[in-house]
Amino acid sequence: MSTIARKKGVGAVLWDYLTTVDHKKIAHLYLISGGIFFLLGGLEALFIRIQLAKPNNDFLVGGLYNEVLTMHGTTMIFLAAMPLVFAFMNAVVPLQIGARDVAFPFLNALGFWLFFFGGVFLNCSWFLGGAPDAGWTSYASLALDSKAHHGVDFYTLGLQISGLGTLIGGINFLVTIINMRAPGMTFMRMPMFTWATFVTSALILFAFPPLTVGLIFLMMDRLFGGNFFNPAAGGNTIIWEHLFWVFGHPEVYILVLPAFGIFSEIFATFSRKRLFGYSSMVFATVLIAFLGFMVWAHHMFTVGMGPIANAIFSVATMTIAVPTGIKIFNWLFTMWGGSIKFTTPMHYAVAFIPSFVMGGVTGVMLAAAAADYQYHDSYFVVAHFHYVIVGGVVFALLAGTHYWWPKMFGRMLNETLGKITFWLFFIGFHLTFFIQHFLGLMGMPRRVFTFLPGQGLETGNFISTVGAFFMAAATVVLLINIVISVKGEKAPADAWGDGRTLEWAIASPPPVYNFAQLPLVRGLDPLWLEKMEGKKELTPAEPLGDIHMPNSSFLPFIMSFGLFVAAFGFTYHQETAWGLPVGILGLLITFGSMFLRSVIDDHGFHIHKEEVLELEKKGANA
Amino acid sequence: MKKGLRNWRLFSLFGMMALLLAGCGKPFLSTLQPAGEVANMQYSLMLLSTSIMVLVIVVVAIIFVYVVIRFRRRKGEENKIPKQVEGNHKLEIIWTVIPIILLLILAVPTVAATFKLADVKPMNDKNRDKDTVVVNVRANLYWWEFEYPDYGIITSQDLVVPTNEKVYFNLVASDVKHSFWIPAVGGKIDTNTDNKNQFWLVFDQKATDKAGGVFYGKCAELCGPSHALMDFKVRPLPRAEFDAWVEKMQKAENPVVTDPVAKQGEEIFNKSCIGCHAVSPVDNRPEQARTAPNLAGFADRERIAGILEHNEENLKRWLKDPEGVKPGNKMTGTYGQLTEEQLDALTKYLMSLKVE
Amino acid sequence: MHVEEKLTPETFPAAPERATLEGKNKFLGFWLFLGGETVLFASLFATYLALKDKTNGGPSGEELFQMPIVFMATMLLLTSSLTSVYAIYHMKNFDFQKMQLWFGITVLLGAGFLALEIYEFYEYVHEGHKFTSSAFGSAFYTLVGTHGAHVAFGLLWILTLMIRNAKRGLNLYNAPKFYVASLYWHFIDVVWVFIFTVVYLMGMVG
Repeated sequence: MSTIARKKGVGAVLWDYLTTVDHKKIAHLYLISGGIFFLLGGLEALFIRIQLAKPNNDFLVGGLYNEVLTMHGTTMIFLAAMPLVFAFMNAVVPLQIGARDVAFPFLNALGFWLFFFGGVFLNCSWFLGGAPDAGWTSYASLALDSKAHHGVDFYTLGLQISGLGTLIGGINFLVTIINMRAPGMTFMRMPMFTWATFVTSALILFAFPPLTVGLIFLMMDRLFGGNFFNPAAGGNTIIWEHLFWVFGHPEVYILVLPAFGIFSEIFATFSRKRLFGYSSMVFATVLIAFLGFMVWAHHMFTVGMGPIANAIFSVATMTIAVPTGIKIFNWLFTMWGGSIKFTTPMHYAVAFIPSFVMGGVTGVMLAAAAADYQYHDSYFVVAHFHYVIVGGVVFALLAGTHYWWPKMFGRMLNETLGKITFWLFFIGFHLTFFIQHFLGLMGMPRRVFTFLPGQGLETGNFISTVGAFFMAAATVVLLINIVISVKGEKAPADAWGDGRTLEWAIASPPPVYNFAQLPLVRGLDPLWLEKMEGKKELTPAEPLGDIHMPNSSFLPFIMSFGLFVAAFGFTYHQETAWGLPVGILGLLITFGSMFLRSVIDDHGFHIHKEEVLELEKKGANA
Repeated sequence: MKKGLRNWRLFSLFGMMALLLAGCGKPFLSTLQPAGEVANMQYSLMLLSTSIMVLVIVVVAIIFVYVVIRFRRRKGEENKIPKQVEGNHKLEIIWTVIPIILLLILAVPTVAATFKLADVKPMNDKNRDKDTVVVNVRANLYWWEFEYPDYGIITSQDLVVPTNEKVYFNLVASDVKHSFWIPAVGGKIDTNTDNKNQFWLVFDQKATDKAGGVFYGKCAELCGPSHALMDFKVRPLPRAEFDAWVEKMQKAENPVVTDPVAKQGEEIFNKSCIGCHAVSPVDNRPEQARTAPNLAGFADRERIAGILEHNEENLKRWLKDPEGVKPGNKMTGTYGQLTEEQLDALTKYLMSLKVE
Repeated sequence: MHVEEKLTPETFPAAPERATLEGKNKFLGFWLFLGGETVLFASLFATYLALKDKTNGGPSGEELFQMPIVFMATMLLLTSSLTSVYAIYHMKNFDFQKMQLWFGITVLLGAGFLALEIYEFYEYVHEGHKFTSSAFGSAFYTLVGTHGAHVAFGLLWILTLMIRNAKRGLNLYNAPKFYVASLYWHFIDVVWVFIFTVVYLMGMVG
């Protein structure tokens, strides 16, 4: 098999992506599908804001509004933010630790296709009666009461499938980071983004199973006559709330720790300084993750858990502010004394600090249980988590897109357009969400499809809607930027000139095997160290030789497709005759392809030394 | 001396913020214009936490602005390599310890308030004082029932309570989870399907007057298509007036209808509506049987269906097309199409249901 | 060492499951996977404990559980864990036939366990303890049933490995596969010890 890239037809490219196990192409897949879901979730957000632009509006009323609201939240968290984070993890982490691929390339592809089919299944609900309408938290009593259509079943089954994909991804990155680091890349020399990936993956490993269990219970109750959440038969809906938030709170950190990682890279790069307080940054990341598991019940202060539980979870939650504060100051002091270059990614990073601090401090306010009785389920909470998730995670994803785009695709994005995107998004974001703090305090509950005139809520809601359109405009500019980047400036290996970590040492985009010779790492920021010693390349840790590569496979696609089919079958098994057989057929497809994977040996192949030399020459010329 | 100065500063910061925030929202709805002991406690916690947080933001902002302006790469510095600093233990300890102190300042009053707000001992006392007002709140798909177990009366949608004293609540939901929230009077508590929750509120007389005698209540937990429309109203009365109201309610067992049109309406009501709606505040059926709002004193209510202005026109609109007013409500489709004449009669009848 | 290398008892490494990078990854990845599985079962246990007395008028655990069957099932599964240890012992000694034999016994014991469990469930359903009859029923069958599904999957997995490799014997490509399958089997066994204690013993005491 030859690996030298030639001009390929559309069909060949498509087949290549359907069967790929290369982490760089899987990163592309995550970025594209996560991006599409992001646009979808954004459109839903826009619809929400249009409906709330004025009192008693009738653009989206009642049940339909609840469907849009549920899908906005679910899509943004599970189908946009997480896969986009995974896109950068896949694109960057193996390069940053000096590896040729992840530990399990096959599972990496499987993880992607599971997420993809889960997401597609969830969105099929729009065309099949109605989308889930019980909120992204899908509290059990309402979820069980929503019987007009199968919406909530699409939620339980879709998220089980995509959640499995995420879990697989998490295990894969843990093993990759533990086992596949280049010689000399000790844990305390790993770039912050790799550290964040490592800790995030651990969170995924322990946080997703409770969600899966909760989803299974809900599915059992709705489709198979279970009684977990049916008080009449002894069930208890509070169990769902606990299971959901035992997952749901760590999920916040699953999203935001990688965002911290992305910004840590950007701050160091564009300040031309090593990250200030690297060890305390690592410590803070681990501590945040650990505490993240101890505080889930702060989402449940008004459930009636009693003052003892409320007080404990209240204080525990406040402690998270300490490691987060450490991080903020470390970033500020990374810039202190540096030489700051305001590129587009750096714009986002700089804007992130005040934006995220505001989201963080309202988090501490929410942690004060007694006061939270007022904030809870009001627009104050909506403002808070959008400040954290948009001001933290989405800013990071946009920054990461601009920062690593040249590495992933070999072309620079246009800086002017990038800065226009930034300013539109930044202004729109604050315009939309700042006022929502006050709407909440003025008595506006969240998740309402309308409000009545004369309650003092008109102006705030109108301003908020205007802001949403700014963000939409920003997204359009970003898309234009991406389209014209096809003919954009070609990116060199060290695309920003100030690269510090290993990914900037190899061609943009990197060759299929990443490193012709695995590098020898001699400290934190290995590329920077070499550059400071006047060298242009890394010190190799091995002689040039044949490179072992994994085979492509179509099985991950089939396995995931099987579950997709099965989910349809089980959704409709109660009212149709075909439901059960289709469900079983789907499972047979999945288990059948697992069986094939088990019995067919897959030893991979080798790229020979001569071929590697030829490819390296081409890369150097490009 | 120094301490006094610090306090003075803190107070002035508090004062400024209170002034700023009080301009926000309506006195009958806003948490920023607290109307009772509970809301007051929560409001002072808000002020305390906001002040601490503003302090944090200011510190970060000052460093931030300085750094971003001072250390930007200027022309001619393209090749400048800044000193690579590993960290600074002294600084790192400072920004670990100061936040811990700030959090302790916030944590102590938080814990104290949390326990105080959860103190419902007096309502669970077996021989509780007759004057201790206890209300059983039952949340249903888009309406609220308020039962006064000590007085044997039931009302719905409009909660009537005495002012300037603790009012205790038992709260449950009969279908899906809802959440009971009177923003101006105090933070919310969920009504669960699995268990009974308890809490207390105080309705301040002065604030009631300022709010025009009525507070707005909301459902704060997504409960279905008409979650946004699941409002209720609170009418706090001075203790004497409250007692009078209770007495009137207790006596209003059987409404007497004299008007001939209203009489006609009563007949329609007794045929089609009485299976779910009671018109007597004394309703001894079990709660499972009480599937619709009790309509005793309907004419005195603040709103039709909890949201529309209270007049005959809106009542007709609601009776004619409930789905158009409150999507997903449980009244839709429980009776046939009403003629104009029937609507007139029913409206007349319902508007004659007075207690006061 | 290379995966496709032909090996003799002399060249066979002491820890064949971790002799290659692929093996090392598989070994670590599987341990992590079991970490996730632990949380999954922990969630199921927590739910069971919350709902075990919510019988909705149906029979309680105290009335249902029969010690003899459950005890026999427990013995079968515990023994099968021991036999799989023997199998791995022989794998490390490069004795393919003996490994196959002990894995075969493991599978038989596991199948015995599964048969007893199915019989047990069948009895319960006859006594009115169904998945749909109460919250207790839902929680019981989900917890114990999830474990049973793991046993069934483990049986098929080990069987597939035995048949697939019957003719070619041990190498560094399949040694990690046998090893993680046995890890999985031990995990199932440990979970059962908890089920036996929490569900059955605590259930009998009432």
